[in-house]
Amino acid sequence: MRAAGRPARRHATGSRASRVLLHVFLGVGGFLMVAPFLWMLLTSFKSLPQIIADPLGLFPAPWNFANYADAWNAAPFGLAYWNSIYICVLTVAGTILTASMAAYAFARIDFKGSKFLFVLFLATQMVPQQVTIVPLYMIFSALGWVDTHLALIIPAVLCNPFAVFLVRQFIRSLPVELEEAARLDGAGRWRILFSVVLPNIKPGLAALSIVVALSAWNNFFLPLIVLNSEEQFTVPLLLSQFTGQYGGINYSLVMAASAISIVPMLIAFLIGNRKILNSMAMSGMGGS
Amino acid sequence: MATTLHGSRRSGNPGGRSGGRPDGGAQNGSGTAIVERREAGWRRRDRWMGLVFVGPQLLGMCVFVLLPFAVGMVLAFAKWDGLTALEWVGTDNFAAQMANPEFLRAIINTVAIALITVPIGLALSLLIAVGLDRLRARTGYLIMYFAPVMTSSIAISLVWQQILRADGPLNSSFAKVFGIPGPDWLGDPRFVLPAVCIVTIWSSLGLNVIIFLAGLQGISPSILEAAKVDGAGPLRTMLRIRLPLLSPVVFFSTVVAVISSFQTFDVVFILTKGGGPDDSARTIVYQIYEDGFKNFEFGMASAASIILLLLTLLVTAVQLMLQRRFVHYES
Repeated sequence: MRAAGRPARRHATGSRASRVLLHVFLGVGGFLMVAPFLWMLLTSFKSLPQIIADPLGLFPAPWNFANYADAWNAAPFGLAYWNSIYICVLTVAGTILTASMAAYAFARIDFKGSKFLFVLFLATQMVPQQVTIVPLYMIFSALGWVDTHLALIIPAVLCNPFAVFLVRQFIRSLPVELEEAARLDGAGRWRILFSVVLPNIKPGLAALSIVVALSAWNNFFLPLIVLNSEEQFTVPLLLSQFTGQYGGINYSLVMAASAISIVPMLIAFLIGNRKILNSMAMSGMGGS
Repeated sequence: MATTLHGSRRSGNPGGRSGGRPDGGAQNGSGTAIVERREAGWRRRDRWMGLVFVGPQLLGMCVFVLLPFAVGMVLAFAKWDGLTALEWVGTDNFAAQMANPEFLRAIINTVAIALITVPIGLALSLLIAVGLDRLRARTGYLIMYFAPVMTSSIAISLVWQQILRADGPLNSSFAKVFGIPGPDWLGDPRFVLPAVCIVTIWSSLGLNVIIFLAGLQGISPSILEAAKVDGAGPLRTMLRIRLPLLSPVVFFSTVVAVISSFQTFDVVFILTKGGGPDDSARTIVYQIYEDGFKNFEFGMASAASIILLLLTLLVTAVQLMLQRRFVHYES
């Protein structure tokens, strides 16, 4: 995959006028993409009377930094952050492990039924979680996982056909010869996987980690259904409470809460944008 | 590729590497007896090692996809609230759903969201990607377009809920520019679905932009050079070379976009608080959520789930058929 953020190897073409036009088009589009975030930030510092009285006023007068303290104190954000972070970390680590194992088997090991199983994996990707959600909830209930994070972590770790598919693509791009020296040294499958194969596909695994982390972090549907008690809530689920319970009509509080829940993510994105963009492009193209 | 001891032996194994491309001769004389014996041991172990390696994911697939899928198929033909005795009702759930105006509305809305957001979203992404492809410094733009993809759909919906308020900033500026009041986006049944579509397009645009851009960047310069030598102008190169070469990526993105638009839930859940006025933005997944987790009608929810799955499969099948006509694959 070619880096999406890298400078073009093709020289820009066209006249000066067309280039200006291009920048105008992309600039207006870009502004429309960013405007809601800016508006969120500005509103989060306003007072409620100001929002009502002057809906078009851009800048808060005065700047109400207390909105953030109010939002943070209104709901257990600290706990929700901790929940989201550790769920995310465990999900990523577990998924990389199980997906790598399965992918290695599909890519390199000759075993009975591997072809059938692989097709089955690809097929299950077609079944969205929303379709199985009612029986899935019953299974969680039978396992005693309702209102626990196990219901979010275990299924994500143990069932990610897309990750298996992607890692299999990575492994297939490696020459088999790489594994042979280790084989001649008497290394088994485990050692080959962990000390030869995985170190060689680190960039791919890093990209997959980003994709998995993002979807674990932003997942809403499953937490909404399995989590009941507030101390178990993830960040998006806690934030959703601001539509009624905590926020309601208090617009600036809702915007401060929204900012609290997304600004760290946006900062991480600004720092690691190149890597994140490339990872998302690569996984979006099916690992090619 | 050089034929090696292990490579040749393991060629043509099911699900093996290199997509079933045979590596050629199985003969080579470099193997000693020890290596041969070791090889035999390897292959013996591989038979169960493969299953051990696939094991965790296989277990997950069985417990968290296949089992619930099977249970859902059965539940769809039953009446059950999870507490009282289960009662078989045949196809009553399907009949009831198809006679339920709320659910019919949900199907229409779900299809409408797909029909509006997918073509507009993909066309815009393509346009932006083509524009970005011509630039040298594009990281700043990429960050802007991609920021919503990084953001939780809940935060996005909360922000848009305020932007779209009848007396919110969008309508205030609309009134200022045109002198007439803007619509009550989230209160007027005619405007709720368009509002959901706007938010959906806005939040997913960036993902397709970077995918298309990566596809455009992957086109070999030599092909473009050849076109230039043959006297093809920029427009012709775009229509006859770049877009056809990009068509597999566009196709893949279309399938993904349709499937994910069929699962629209988060935006509706936050933006409309219950499907909107007159169920104007109720989607199938919202219906599943309400039937299953608010009304505890597991059978009805399962029937709705199966209808959603069938709809998804139907549309994907149609897309695969169209793919043969419109998608160009490099041989």
